[in-house]
Amino acid sequence: MTPVVEASGVAKRFGATVALADGRLTVQPGETHALVGRNGAGKSTLVGVLTGLLRPDGGEVRFGGEPAPAPGDRAAWRRQVACVYQKPSVVPELSVAENLFLHRQPRGRFGLLSPRKLRAGAAGLLEEWAVHVDPDLPARELSVEQRQLVEIAGALSLGARFVILDEPTAQLEGRAITRLFDRLRTLREQGVTFLFISHHLPEIYEICQRVTVFRDARYVLDADVATLGRDELVAAMIGEARGLVDVGADRPTVSDDAEPALELVDVAGVDLTVRRGEIVGVTGSAASGKRELAEAVVGLRPRTGTVHVDGRRIRPNDVPAALRAGVGYLPGDRNADGFVAGLSVAENATMTIADRLGPAGLVLPSRRTERARTMITDLDVHTSGPEQPVGELSGGNAQKVVMARALASDPKVLVLVQPTAGVDVRSKESLLGAVDGETRGDRAALLVSDELDDLRLCDRVVVMAGGRIVAEHGRGWSEAELVAEIEGVAMTGDGE
Amino acid sequence: MTETALEKPGTPPVSRLRLGRLRDLALIPPIIALLVIGYLIKPDVFLSQSYLVDTVLKYQSELALVVLAEALVLIVGKFDLSLESVVGIAPAVAIFLVVGDTSVLGAPWPTWTVLPVAILFGALIGAFNGLLIVRFKLSAFIVTLAMLIALRGLQLAIVGGATISDLANRIPVIDDLGSLRFATIPISLWIVVIAFAVGIVVLGYTRVGRSLYAVGGNPDAARAAGIRVERTIWLTLVVAGALAALAGVMLSARLGSVAAAQGNGMIFTVFAAAVIGGISLDGGKGSLFGALCGVVLLGLIQNVLTLAQVKADQIQAVNGIVILVALLLARLTSGKAQD
Repeated sequence: MTPVVEASGVAKRFGATVALADGRLTVQPGETHALVGRNGAGKSTLVGVLTGLLRPDGGEVRFGGEPAPAPGDRAAWRRQVACVYQKPSVVPELSVAENLFLHRQPRGRFGLLSPRKLRAGAAGLLEEWAVHVDPDLPARELSVEQRQLVEIAGALSLGARFVILDEPTAQLEGRAITRLFDRLRTLREQGVTFLFISHHLPEIYEICQRVTVFRDARYVLDADVATLGRDELVAAMIGEARGLVDVGADRPTVSDDAEPALELVDVAGVDLTVRRGEIVGVTGSAASGKRELAEAVVGLRPRTGTVHVDGRRIRPNDVPAALRAGVGYLPGDRNADGFVAGLSVAENATMTIADRLGPAGLVLPSRRTERARTMITDLDVHTSGPEQPVGELSGGNAQKVVMARALASDPKVLVLVQPTAGVDVRSKESLLGAVDGETRGDRAALLVSDELDDLRLCDRVVVMAGGRIVAEHGRGWSEAELVAEIEGVAMTGDGE
Repeated sequence: MTETALEKPGTPPVSRLRLGRLRDLALIPPIIALLVIGYLIKPDVFLSQSYLVDTVLKYQSELALVVLAEALVLIVGKFDLSLESVVGIAPAVAIFLVVGDTSVLGAPWPTWTVLPVAILFGALIGAFNGLLIVRFKLSAFIVTLAMLIALRGLQLAIVGGATISDLANRIPVIDDLGSLRFATIPISLWIVVIAFAVGIVVLGYTRVGRSLYAVGGNPDAARAAGIRVERTIWLTLVVAGALAALAGVMLSARLGSVAAAQGNGMIFTVFAAAVIGGISLDGGKGSLFGALCGVVLLGLIQNVLTLAQVKADQIQAVNGIVILVALLLARLTSGKAQD
């Protein structure tokens, strides 16, 4: 069979940086093909080349045996391949219908655009691919899930039967992921080929038939998913044999009479105490209010009830006061509120302790650099130096900088929201390792996450639903039970 | 996409440091080129202190202060168009209260009040802009555009379409500001040098200064890091208003008068100088040294044009083209997109 896409020897440099040295990929028609690799392995660059947005310095890309279209011929590229990115590529103020037919709107009388035909065309298109969305809805009102489906439908209507999904599940909760996978299986049966990029290895085993692994800007292997063990896959990604993330299994137990480091009393209906030396995980679905709870604690959103940090009551709605009282905060979305992309690693990492870098409000660059160097070493941040802008770092390394910022003030309690979202396996290990190491003394942590790897580190895990705590587990919880609670599915049910 | 493959592990950290400094110095070569051109046109006078200081730089001193003010506002991620009318209204109000034909608020006030009253008035306008922008969350562009128009009208009402003149003989402070020299350099230039020196130290080496970049670069991240974003923006607008007012008093002192149109049209040059100097209109980027270079570059260009005997009625058109060329030059020498 002729492969849908065949790339060989693709190379791409940005200035002095080799983003891709040897990109190879062969995707057969009708398969869902996984592309995995750590941050910086070259996946994004390959996607850029495959979609025609980046012009490779060397190598060849063929679609269905034919050479790739000319670099400027966007229409031809879009007939071959489409990519659904994590970031929305819809125009938020236009309706779904207008988005689907952007720049190819059907014309009516006098050559003017016909809203009626547009609406009918969009409705037909959505119907054809079974996307149940009102074509008149403004695109900004779509959920992440609906937006992805609309983008896929739009791509298919252009004639493309090869769709790249760039971490489609990163922003979805469990049930939405299940629905997305059902949809992908259906589309596959209808002859659509997918290239599926994900950091979640279990998803690859669930949905993909073949997998290609990249490492250090090079193709490493491709294999049938069925014949490739998880350990082998991880080994191929990180270059040496090692198990999945396994941090904190040897944490000492926290005695019941350890002093409380963080006490929430009736904070929007939640009572929770985190003792010194303890990591308490808070999990739940996206709508459970777990992230809102963390943001209320650090003062980013209004709250009721009282919060004590190390015995001191902190004012609501006052981030500086919370940080002064000893909270170290890692926000849930590093790109949105984690770091300032244009500022340097040093500046970002020391943002919370700018008052400690010199006398009388002065910030001494030498002291800042020195502090940053220590942090870079401690957290193993891969950067050219403290002066590199954080915006140039890969996701995992940028997250380490945000973690460094949270730890910089020597906090009594860490409040961490999705600390390992969208980072590769190795970065995940060093981030979780840092949380583990930093909480073995008096420091405590409140870790809000729905990643099982994160939660496994916790001494205790509470599950939230509808803004309330609905369950609590000590170490050794069963994955199936916890996931069922997160998703609000009863274990005794008929196995849904 | 969560990843960028642009990491450069192994690159020595020194190179980036140098690169960062290089950006600041990007305008030095064109400035030197202009000095050479000026010298070639008028070898006998151009490079003399009297020409460079008293003809080129002295006329840029007020502009420089307003550019400093606007640079602060741009770095914190906002806009202030009303600064140019503050340049007119602040000295007009202060001088009117001293020498005006009025008895409001117990006028005439003693002559020493001119400087503090003007600066306070500028700061108040900044605070009012801040109220609308920060508290009521209105668009900074439109708020300050409306203020620009309103203040311009208020100034017309106060000055009455005429010009309050002969200030040097009536107000000693104004006389001093306009004529005192220190080590043969006019006091207005000293004020600019000190203001920029203080500004560079504050922006580069203090907590408050660095927070301007954080707020302008990503307000949400700044908030999560415990920076009081609203307060920072407000403070910046107040300081900018005060600086523009000081610039206004200096302009009145240099001219010995307050004209109804004082400061009119200045804001365009201010933005041009700031952007040429590498200040981003998107916030969070740029340095005050760069902005100062932008001012000097524009001043030199104007003088070279005059020396090259471009006719007065053409100079504005040429000026506009020159600003575009300067932008291009800055873009080429810095290699970075201006946004």
